[in-house]
Amino acid sequence: MITTTGLTKVYRSRGREVTALDGVDLHVREGEVYGVIGQSGAGKSSLIRCVNLLERPTAGTVTVDGRDLTALAGRGSRAGKELRQARSRIGMVFQHFNLLSTRTVQDNVELPLEILGTSGKERSRKALELLDLVGLADKAKAYPAQLSGGQKQRVGIARALAGDPKVLLSDEATSALDPETTRSILQLLRDLNRQLGLTVLLITHEMDVVKTICDSAALMEQGRIVESGTVSELLATPGSELAAALFPVGGEASGDDRTVLDVTFHGEAATQPVISQLSRTYNIDISILGAAIDTVGGLQIGRMRIELPGRYEDNVVPIGFLREQGLQIDVLGQEPVLAKEGAK
Amino acid sequence: MQPLLSQACWDTLYMVGWSTVIAVVGGLPLGILLVLTDRGGLLQNVLANKVIGQIVNVARSMPFIILMVALMNFTRWITGTTIGREAAIVPLAIGAIPFFARLVETAVREVDGGLVEAVQSMGGNTWTVVRKVLVPESLPSLIASTTTTIVALIGYSAMAGTVGAGGLGDIAIRYGYQRFETELMWITVAILAVVISVIQFAGDYAARSLHRRGGRSGPAPRLRLLKASTATTGETV
Repeated sequence: MITTTGLTKVYRSRGREVTALDGVDLHVREGEVYGVIGQSGAGKSSLIRCVNLLERPTAGTVTVDGRDLTALAGRGSRAGKELRQARSRIGMVFQHFNLLSTRTVQDNVELPLEILGTSGKERSRKALELLDLVGLADKAKAYPAQLSGGQKQRVGIARALAGDPKVLLSDEATSALDPETTRSILQLLRDLNRQLGLTVLLITHEMDVVKTICDSAALMEQGRIVESGTVSELLATPGSELAAALFPVGGEASGDDRTVLDVTFHGEAATQPVISQLSRTYNIDISILGAAIDTVGGLQIGRMRIELPGRYEDNVVPIGFLREQGLQIDVLGQEPVLAKEGAK
Repeated sequence: MQPLLSQACWDTLYMVGWSTVIAVVGGLPLGILLVLTDRGGLLQNVLANKVIGQIVNVARSMPFIILMVALMNFTRWITGTTIGREAAIVPLAIGAIPFFARLVETAVREVDGGLVEAVQSMGGNTWTVVRKVLVPESLPSLIASTTTTIVALIGYSAMAGTVGAGGLGDIAIRYGYQRFETELMWITVAILAVVISVIQFAGDYAARSLHRRGGRSGPAPRLRLLKASTATTGETV
């Protein structure tokens, strides 16, 4: 649904060059919720603004719903008619809501329809319908200043949906909200994704957001995507930074001559009593340093950090045994094999 | 004495009224253009911005009395005379356009750039941004700017009185200064004070009630104009 190839954005100011995006290849499938996570300055903001060409990429292409937007853009810095038309089919929600303070909630939702040239009667019908969808039917005549943060973002979402978009871009939509409100907004995005088949591309710096609603995720660092894939793919990738961050388990080794393993269970493997089998088969004592079970991207996942006596070299056989059981094993302090290739 | 004063009062309001209308009509687009053509603006054009900015600066820093004299030929060309209230409107309006344009620029700059981005993301063009965002969102400040301009124009119009424009300034000069009729001069001072207070009050009221409709709290918009513009147009990385 959204594809970027070799997307590059370089900012030039006073002779200095800052590369915000460095050859980003992104592929968002139709109907999925795709999260791009990274620290501030990683280039997430530039990326999402390049998708609807609010920022002109320095190089590379952006294709949304089969249309090459970079080709529509033309050479000038102003958006031509075709690009503007394409933009109206891409909804966008913002961290700070960006509602017009002088317009009522309903008039705010009608704004994109005014731009599209929809008639007054049709506009108000559509706006009320959308406000109903986001659960704010009773606030149509209120002004944004009279609403709470969560309600403002609901208005922002209703407004983004006014042009019947297939794609919704979310620029840190929940970053200005408290945890409770964040959950309800994410739930709303999830519902819309399912009900309307809306493809959602969101950027965030909160791992919880990715954990709660994303089908796929990408990790951005210094203008590059360093890992990407569906959440289950990522979790199955040895040494994946995203997987570790999505699903952290704590615990430090108790001594030098110990081997610490992160064991990830999913699917069938979760039901096998592997740890006790391991202990009995090789007659070793296993300490559990940390463990957790959680639902990530709709998948039941278990993760455990265990400690075996002896160094890595002494434990090659038991580790092999665990891998044979279909478990994913990350050995701490050892370079994961093929980790990066696996993640791409 | 009374017909003299009421005629002068009317003349002042006539001059100020028309020059305000012209100043708003000319200054509003100019001020918006100053914002749009600036670095990072929607119609970024550094050269045009510098040129317009320079013209506005020069026109604004020109002492009004000199501007009035300098524009004499132009005034005669437009109105056929250099004396009387119609003739005074020309330099008053030309002096007020850059003054108002700068105030508009400051007011429009305070509009949150995120709103502009939102309208762009909906497929709006520059004209949509101006019409739906920049003007409505800065309206309270624009009204406060208009009030400030009217008050300044009343001051200028009194100066225009010294070179034959008529109005209250003319009365104060001719009767108060040249004929030592102190009483009449004080009456004009009182009338001016009342007129200015009424205009200021009405302007503040209008600006504040518009502001309240948006439900925002905070200092009166007139005060916000005094604050240096802190809006950054720098690009985010």
